[in-house]
Amino acid sequence: MTGAASSTRSGWLLSLPALVLLALGAAGPLLIVVVYSFLEPGEYSGVVWNFTTEPWFRVFLERDIFDGTVSLADAHLTIFWRSVKLSLLTTLITFAVGFPTAWFIATRPPSSRAIWLFLITIPFWTNLLIRTFAISEIIRNQGLLNTALLKFGLIETPIQILYTDTAVLIGMVYVYLPLMVLPLFAAIDRFDFKLVEAGYDLYASRWKVLRRIVLPIVRPGIVAGSILVFVPSLGAYVTPRILGGGKNMMVGNFIELQFGQGRNWPLGAALSMLLLLIVLAALLAYVRVTSSERPQ
Amino acid sequence: MRGRRFDITALPGFSAIAIGVFVVLYAPIVTIVVYSFNASNSVAVWGGFSFRWYEIAWENTQVQDATIRSLVVAVSAALISTTLATMAALGTTRRGRFKGQTFIYVMINQPLMVPEIVTAVALLIFFATIKVATGYQGLGYLILAHSAFCIPFAYLPIRARLEGMDLTLEIAAADLYATPWQTFRRVTLPLMAPGVAAGAMLAFVISLDDVIITEFVKSAGQDTLPTYMLGQLRRAVTPEVNAISTALLVLTVMLLTAFFLLTRRRD
Repeated sequence: MTGAASSTRSGWLLSLPALVLLALGAAGPLLIVVVYSFLEPGEYSGVVWNFTTEPWFRVFLERDIFDGTVSLADAHLTIFWRSVKLSLLTTLITFAVGFPTAWFIATRPPSSRAIWLFLITIPFWTNLLIRTFAISEIIRNQGLLNTALLKFGLIETPIQILYTDTAVLIGMVYVYLPLMVLPLFAAIDRFDFKLVEAGYDLYASRWKVLRRIVLPIVRPGIVAGSILVFVPSLGAYVTPRILGGGKNMMVGNFIELQFGQGRNWPLGAALSMLLLLIVLAALLAYVRVTSSERPQ
Repeated sequence: MRGRRFDITALPGFSAIAIGVFVVLYAPIVTIVVYSFNASNSVAVWGGFSFRWYEIAWENTQVQDATIRSLVVAVSAALISTTLATMAALGTTRRGRFKGQTFIYVMINQPLMVPEIVTAVALLIFFATIKVATGYQGLGYLILAHSAFCIPFAYLPIRARLEGMDLTLEIAAADLYATPWQTFRRVTLPLMAPGVAAGAMLAFVISLDDVIITEFVKSAGQDTLPTYMLGQLRRAVTPEVNAISTALLVLTVMLLTAFFLLTRRRD
């Protein structure tokens, strides 16, 4: 058998090329963003190399250009609040419909279970852009939904859904649903249904069995699914851009704006870092919750 | 056997919700596919069956260029990321825990944790500096970025395959005086091949689908298929986008089916 030292060395050597590539093409540039968030914006784009905390200050506060009074940056807070609100709603709704779906798949006979699972996986791997575009086609004023509602006389004029917060919410629920269903399925699939049987034997109602036996046991799956939906929702860019129109921005679009028309790279960098910090906090919370649940 | 009268796995309304979810999940995709065969100019009105929009998309030089660029980037990224991920998987599995292993895991999975928009912004800043310094504007930046974020997707199936593999065959090969390279080439590699193929396919699909990082990293005139579509969606949408979407969809489903079959065949 190989010794511990040579195992460490060959482990590192074999992983090194991947680590170098990741350092160049993913992790390393994040450090540059940190630096940029403490610099002054250039006139057209880029930065001027003078240290300042102004970008971070401007994330939360704004200074009146005439009298210099400081107030909360309402526009930024509105965008952050919209992102958090829509992401939480997305997480809740995907759980509400994703749990029954995962339950349904996990309780199919083994022969058809793989097929149902595959049916959830296909949309998951389908281009996010295509799925968002598909949803926009459905909810457009002349789209399938409005056409059908008009035809059946349920509405008089088409409902304006596209380019509203509702559209963004519908789109995010649609595109991120598989991310909720898959970990829930994994948890329910491992679940021992003898426990449910025992509950019924002891005269528990279906609701009580679900709430007191099933949900506590599959909790790691619920937490995993919620994180997997909440994190990409918070950083969503494509879905709000296509479904939300120009006005209903989320953080992702607001960051992009700073690197485009906004021409304020340092502010964009500070906003990106704030988004990253929120996501890392959510991930750390997840790690703590799951590790405290495992015995030992 | 479970009794027919009282199914303990049944919960009221759950099956109905699940079926509803599947219908809602597929209805928009099916609509796109159906309307890609629409003869009419409008995306809303059905004007009979035709391949017209496929012909228009096929003859559009912008679409041709974007398709070739997408394929060049995706194939390069899949090859690079799978090669490096295979090495990393060999380095991090089937040996005792070693110092720094957690760091390697975190680094490899890092692209899955950081919001894509943040990575996109970081790469924009980083590559803008390099572009100014070197004057190089080519596809290399896209290939580098794609290879990096594809690594975790290539790594995970390869690692899963390696962890499920029996060590005795390799020990037997070594006992029969095979050199380490011969053992790897003739025993380990064939055994791990399905995992490597599955990883490469996932990496290819992930690279082919990427919008955000590509949109930020590409130089002028370097549209891939998804960024070309994103640009089109900003203007008046033509059914051409439906046709391109359907073509991409078919490619994804074919690759996924292959992936499904590769990973399912367990010894």
